[in-house]
Amino acid sequence: MPEYEAAIGMEVHAELLTGSKMFCGCRNAFGGEPNTRCCPVCTGMPGSLPVMNRRAVEHVIRAALALNCRVSPDARFDRKNYFYPDLPKGFQISQYERPIGIEGWLGIDTEAGPKRVRIRRVHLEEDTGKLLHLATGESAVDFNRSGVPLMEIVTEFPPDMRTAEEARAYLTKLRAVLTYIGVSDGKMEEGSLRCEPNLSVRPVGSAGLGTKTEIKNLNSFRAVYRGIEYETARQIGVLRSGGAVAQETRGWDDARGQTFTQRSKEVEQEYRYFPEPDLVPLQIDEEWVDRIRRAMPELPDAARARFVEQYELPPHAADALTQTRATADFFEEAALTSGDPRAAANWMIGDLARLLNASGTEITDSRVSPRHLADMLALMAEGVISGKMAKGIFEEMFATGVSARALADRAGPQVSDTAAIAAWLEEAIAAEPRVWQELCGGDTRKQGYFVGQVMKASRGKANPAEVNRVLRARMEGA
Amino acid sequence: MADLHNLTARALGALIAGRQVSAREAAEAFLARIEVADPGIHAFLTVTREHALADAAAIDARLKAGERPGPLAGVPVALKDVLCTRGIRTTCGSRILERFVPPYDATVAARLAAVGTILLGKANCDEFAMGSSTENSAFGPTRNPWDPERVPGGSSGGSAAAVAAREAPIALGTDTGGSIRQPAALCGVVGLKPTYGRVSRWGLVAYASSLDQVGPLTRTVEDAALTLNAIAGRDPLDSTSADLPVPDYTQACRAEVRGLRLGVPSEFLGGEVDPTVAGMTRQAVDTLCEAGAEAEECSLPSVTHCLAAYYIIAPAEASSNLARYDGVRYGMRSREHAGHIGMAERTRDEGFGDEVKQRIMIGTYALSAGYYDAYYRRAQQVRTLIRRDFDRAFERYDLLVTPTSPTVAFRLAERADDPLAMKLADICTLPANMAGIPAISVPCGFLEGLPLGLQILGKAFDEPTLLRAAYTYEQATDWHRRRPPL
Repeated sequence: MPEYEAAIGMEVHAELLTGSKMFCGCRNAFGGEPNTRCCPVCTGMPGSLPVMNRRAVEHVIRAALALNCRVSPDARFDRKNYFYPDLPKGFQISQYERPIGIEGWLGIDTEAGPKRVRIRRVHLEEDTGKLLHLATGESAVDFNRSGVPLMEIVTEFPPDMRTAEEARAYLTKLRAVLTYIGVSDGKMEEGSLRCEPNLSVRPVGSAGLGTKTEIKNLNSFRAVYRGIEYETARQIGVLRSGGAVAQETRGWDDARGQTFTQRSKEVEQEYRYFPEPDLVPLQIDEEWVDRIRRAMPELPDAARARFVEQYELPPHAADALTQTRATADFFEEAALTSGDPRAAANWMIGDLARLLNASGTEITDSRVSPRHLADMLALMAEGVISGKMAKGIFEEMFATGVSARALADRAGPQVSDTAAIAAWLEEAIAAEPRVWQELCGGDTRKQGYFVGQVMKASRGKANPAEVNRVLRARMEGA
Repeated sequence: MADLHNLTARALGALIAGRQVSAREAAEAFLARIEVADPGIHAFLTVTREHALADAAAIDARLKAGERPGPLAGVPVALKDVLCTRGIRTTCGSRILERFVPPYDATVAARLAAVGTILLGKANCDEFAMGSSTENSAFGPTRNPWDPERVPGGSSGGSAAAVAAREAPIALGTDTGGSIRQPAALCGVVGLKPTYGRVSRWGLVAYASSLDQVGPLTRTVEDAALTLNAIAGRDPLDSTSADLPVPDYTQACRAEVRGLRLGVPSEFLGGEVDPTVAGMTRQAVDTLCEAGAEAEECSLPSVTHCLAAYYIIAPAEASSNLARYDGVRYGMRSREHAGHIGMAERTRDEGFGDEVKQRIMIGTYALSAGYYDAYYRRAQQVRTLIRRDFDRAFERYDLLVTPTSPTVAFRLAERADDPLAMKLADICTLPANMAGIPAISVPCGFLEGLPLGLQILGKAFDEPTLLRAAYTYEQATDWHRRRPPL
């Protein structure tokens, strides 16, 4: 039996962060009451004409530069013709023969070390509307999304990625780069980042590529990872049992963790591309590119290195904090405000990440702000709250957005009163006299038990330093 | 004044500005003329009587208040029904848009309104501007005011007939392959296709985007210049509109033609062109030479491929531009349908006429993957050659002079079954669209009682020189003074 390996390519669509749509002045935003953000241009009314959004073009140039692409000086737009009810003009304005960015790469870290995933093209197009299937059995169209600037990033063929892990690393890195340079918010659940992996398997060592399938409808990194894992195993299974993989588009059922046939018998779609006559060709001169290049922000790799250097973070922490621009910005603000980068990093990687994950919230929507976190760290440093109190306060801040100081006041201040602490300690000794004997007999591991009991009795408010002092005094006195 | 409808825009505008005639009287005169003449002509698809009277009253109020709103204030106009008008149905001569009421004005409509013109109505045209006879209108053909048994030319036949029949002093048409100039010639009026990019296409329902241009049909060259003054110039809503200053075109008319070098391309004086027509063109050139211009015969070898290339590029763009008529958002939707694809299919089948369907099919074929290189790319190469021919010619000559139409107006239905003969009607006008250069047609004689046009072509954005020659010719002749027997 030969061993098999996968060859994975990826098409990623990213909606661009611009104030207005690609070819008209309508506002570019997510969601909203259907058909409240559309005009004659984005609904393809007769006589309407597209006018190019220069900011969207600049965003793509920015992305092309960040992805190490060459920028075509003579990029232009083409029409991609097909019929679908959510496509108002009967064609999509896209780029075909002359995309803005070509021949780039993105570096990822793999188990075997750093690797380059080659990028074939980065181009600009407009998004389509959205079909809504109503309970009545009828369908309606929402054109709010129609004409939103959309960037497509396509990896090189033959594909460079081999495993689901690499695919995830590529996507993570890509999202980090796109959010860093401010061209996309990277929100997969809102559809502003959409990816379609395609993959084939072949016996290790064979030169050719197997038949590939494409997976659609993946809306999280986790789904991408699981989808690729599943599809790789499925294709290997088909080949091992002597079958042939069918070229098809497959959907992803997240609940079952399976891919399924969506459209089989892939035929080459006939899009009848031709140059868009309503727009003049783009002329991207060196000066324009240079201006954009000079204004490029720090990219994630550079930020990671700087975090290690400047804030003395361990590399894995720096890595986690540079996954998106928003995370990195959050960290830097909290680190600088609090003056304690390590603690800020720990809280972000620990409690904040856990809470964001559990609630499905993006860091940009977090009720806890960098200032909140910094305030909390300051209260801890001042000894006003204990670490244990901080945990509770942090969760409450996350849920309510109320500041740490207000919560600490509400919970009452930390208790440093010796008499009260001594009283709680006596209760604990009375409850477990045998353990107390062991501690006094030299088993210092038991010290933590009594500190814990006092903290528990005080509902976390006892000042741990004071507890330790009272405890030692009591031991000496015993 | 009983004869207001016989006045030119310039003369009428002057009377209104001098308050000898009110805008309302002018509007009423033309509305009355439409009532009398249009039943036999069918130049209009929609007459906007109420709008016209209300707008005229507003102009009168402004004049009364002492404003001087310019030479076209109060002058009635007709717009080809492929130009969008806010709140007024815009059909494109098609069933599929029979009840379409745009919520916006075409830039040209807005600019004409801004200088105070009064909209009389929407002029008949070939469906989506596809045709050379205005017989392809879903709402019935327009008839030639010189002979109701003959076509007015197309596709702006309604606009040309309206001006010729004195139903409007000014009409706007659109010209993709000659659709302003050819009907102007066949109806004995002036038709100007400006340089591509000189006039905004916003609100012009597209036929072939890279070729379409809006322009005036008028009875005199001066009126054409006045109208161009009003509609030309950069429009932020059309990125292909040129960001160049707009000269005063009426001023340009006055200059002499002495010393102008005219080229007379031999390709337009033989072949499909009627020998009598060719003879009249030579006579017209002589007239210009008598006024001081110099002329010599020249050659534009690539124009012989123009018709073939045009009938690839225009349908290719049309097949894409007309894809939006799918019954989803506006216009007609078929009642009988199953599923969204079925609905679009039935709607398009019922909504489009044969000529439109034929061009969509040709265009779809020409753009399809296996044939793109053989047809579309090749046609674009021919287009480049045509442009080079013109570039070369304009190194030697200031203007080129040709007939506008190879024949006089043909009979209704005469060419209905002969698509090639029909398409040959545009053979003299197509090259200007392919090259994007300006061209004008002015009346230059009569054959069998039917008018003929002289076409003058100029360099891109050199409308001033074009108008200067056309005006000089017009002043030297009186073809434009003749009236159709109505």
